[in-house]
Amino acid sequence: MRNALTIARREIGAALASPVAYVLFGAFAFLYGYFFADYLQSFVEAGMRMSQMGGFSGGTLNVNTDLLRWLMASTAILVLFLLPLLSMRTVSEEIRSGTMELLLTAPITDGQIVIGKFLAAFALYGGMLALTGLHVGVLFWFSRPEIAPVLAAYLGLLLLGAGLLALGLFFSSLTRNQIVAGLLTFGALLVLWLVEFAGARGGEPGRLLAYLSVTGHMEGFARGVITTRDLVFYLSFAAFWLYLARESVRSRRWRG
Amino acid sequence: MPRQPGDQSLRVPNATESPLLEAAVESLVLVDGVTKCYGKTLAVADLSFGVAKGEVLGFLGPNGAGKTTTMRVITGFMPPSEGRVLVGGQDIAEAPLEVRRRIGYLPENPPLYPEMEVTAFLEFAARLRGVPKGGIRPAVARAIERCALGEAREHIIGKLSRGYRQRVGLAQALVHEPELLVLDEPTAGLDPKQIHETRKLIRILAGERTVVLSTHILPEVAVTCDRVVIIAGGRLRAEDTPESLVARLGAAQRGRGTWEIETAAPANAAEATLRAVPGVVRVEAGPETAERTLVLQVEAAGDRSIATDLARALLEAGCPLYGLRRGGASLEDVFLALTTEEAEANGTGDARGTPKVAEEGS
Repeated sequence: MRNALTIARREIGAALASPVAYVLFGAFAFLYGYFFADYLQSFVEAGMRMSQMGGFSGGTLNVNTDLLRWLMASTAILVLFLLPLLSMRTVSEEIRSGTMELLLTAPITDGQIVIGKFLAAFALYGGMLALTGLHVGVLFWFSRPEIAPVLAAYLGLLLLGAGLLALGLFFSSLTRNQIVAGLLTFGALLVLWLVEFAGARGGEPGRLLAYLSVTGHMEGFARGVITTRDLVFYLSFAAFWLYLARESVRSRRWRG
Repeated sequence: MPRQPGDQSLRVPNATESPLLEAAVESLVLVDGVTKCYGKTLAVADLSFGVAKGEVLGFLGPNGAGKTTTMRVITGFMPPSEGRVLVGGQDIAEAPLEVRRRIGYLPENPPLYPEMEVTAFLEFAARLRGVPKGGIRPAVARAIERCALGEAREHIIGKLSRGYRQRVGLAQALVHEPELLVLDEPTAGLDPKQIHETRKLIRILAGERTVVLSTHILPEVAVTCDRVVIIAGGRLRAEDTPESLVARLGAAQRGRGTWEIETAAPANAAEATLRAVPGVVRVEAGPETAERTLVLQVEAAGDRSIATDLARALLEAGCPLYGLRRGGASLEDVFLALTTEEAEANGTGDARGTPKVAEEGS
């Protein structure tokens, strides 16, 4: 574990020393801020319409179910598009610059290298998500949403991110070119996102496709519902790609 | 291609004949029948040699001879396709982490993170190599001092000069006080002054430590190494001290010598005179120097008494004599003799520039 943390620490330092992390954080903050403002405005307008009708519409508005839920689901899509940028350089850059040789001849296992890289990317992602605390905090300041569903949604986002980063890490370990790694990751995630729509056609294959959808499993979390089915999906998804990443690093030894 | 029959004496005994068992007793590193293929390409073929504790071993060969591959196998970067490597009696394949802990490795391109400061990077390297927490700072301070990095301590690695980067590379290789230091082309890409400094540094660092360094630059081996392993085309060609390799080639070329004679321009008179001396096979004039002198390469049969004849003939013809020096066999000749033979024999291997160079060498 110490070895993995050594790698992770260096990795985080490197990311914070390069502009990539800041650009990414900035882009995320901007897009998330836009979503937030947009959803909030719709929510407020809906609330005003409702009060004009004097409560005769029969419905009520709830910050949790009518604002936060949609916000969190949109955040998942945002994460889907932005995380390849975070994961693409992790291993590729080491291969390109030759520092992989340093890691592979150090007294650490291939698994520790992969775990270290993963932890670093995950921590940066955690930092990125923390930016949203500001907006959600505003909601808590002006209204009284339930906290548990919000925490469940964050748990879902973290799990989703873990899966996406593990996948990105694997593609990054395939090539010395981080752009190629990023595009492969992006392509794979696009497929895993679109299967959700393909799955909507129903039938036995449809159900399988729907199960494979990375964002589909986020819906429950966004509503504040934690199911083992979704937990197992994300955890096994991350473990699967991390395993492949380790095997990929190992095979690099044979190929030289 | 004129090739001396005597060159055959330079042929190295097969790996199977070399006293491997004997070597195992005192060796720190034992490379035993290592073969490495990349797909169908054979990079190293059945390579066996030992490295004794405390010695500096030069690993010599033309580009593409399999030097880097061999070093990568020794350092545990990649497993061999066949054969095994023991370091301190431990098989790399069986105890990879323990073995890697004992090794410091500087690859051909120093593995550095350009965005890090020198000190931070060395701390990272120390931690990575398993230096205990309390020992990291002293270890880094020691490495910085040894590699004369004091001034660059807080500089960003990406902004350092090539020479400094090489030193940081060396520092990361020895920060954990390894028993074995493996250096792949440690002087490649440096300017002459930096090369000189790096060689000096390697000699100092060697001390009681064992060093394996690869190079394709010959003088480097003569300057820094106790023993030389020459490989070409992935095969072992020779294994000896630099001196005795030279002596062996010298013996092979007995009865024939080259002489360098410095005289005044123009060349014609001196050339004609020397050609007339009995025993002279070939005379070749070099370019005229700024001081209007020139160096003639004379190849002559017979023993060293011919030097007297050459000098006398020159002086009697009224040519000035500024210098007379025996060319003799250099390590370069040995190297070329060993590495070009292969290319001629089977038409493969590293044959770039071979014809011309081989002629000069023999």
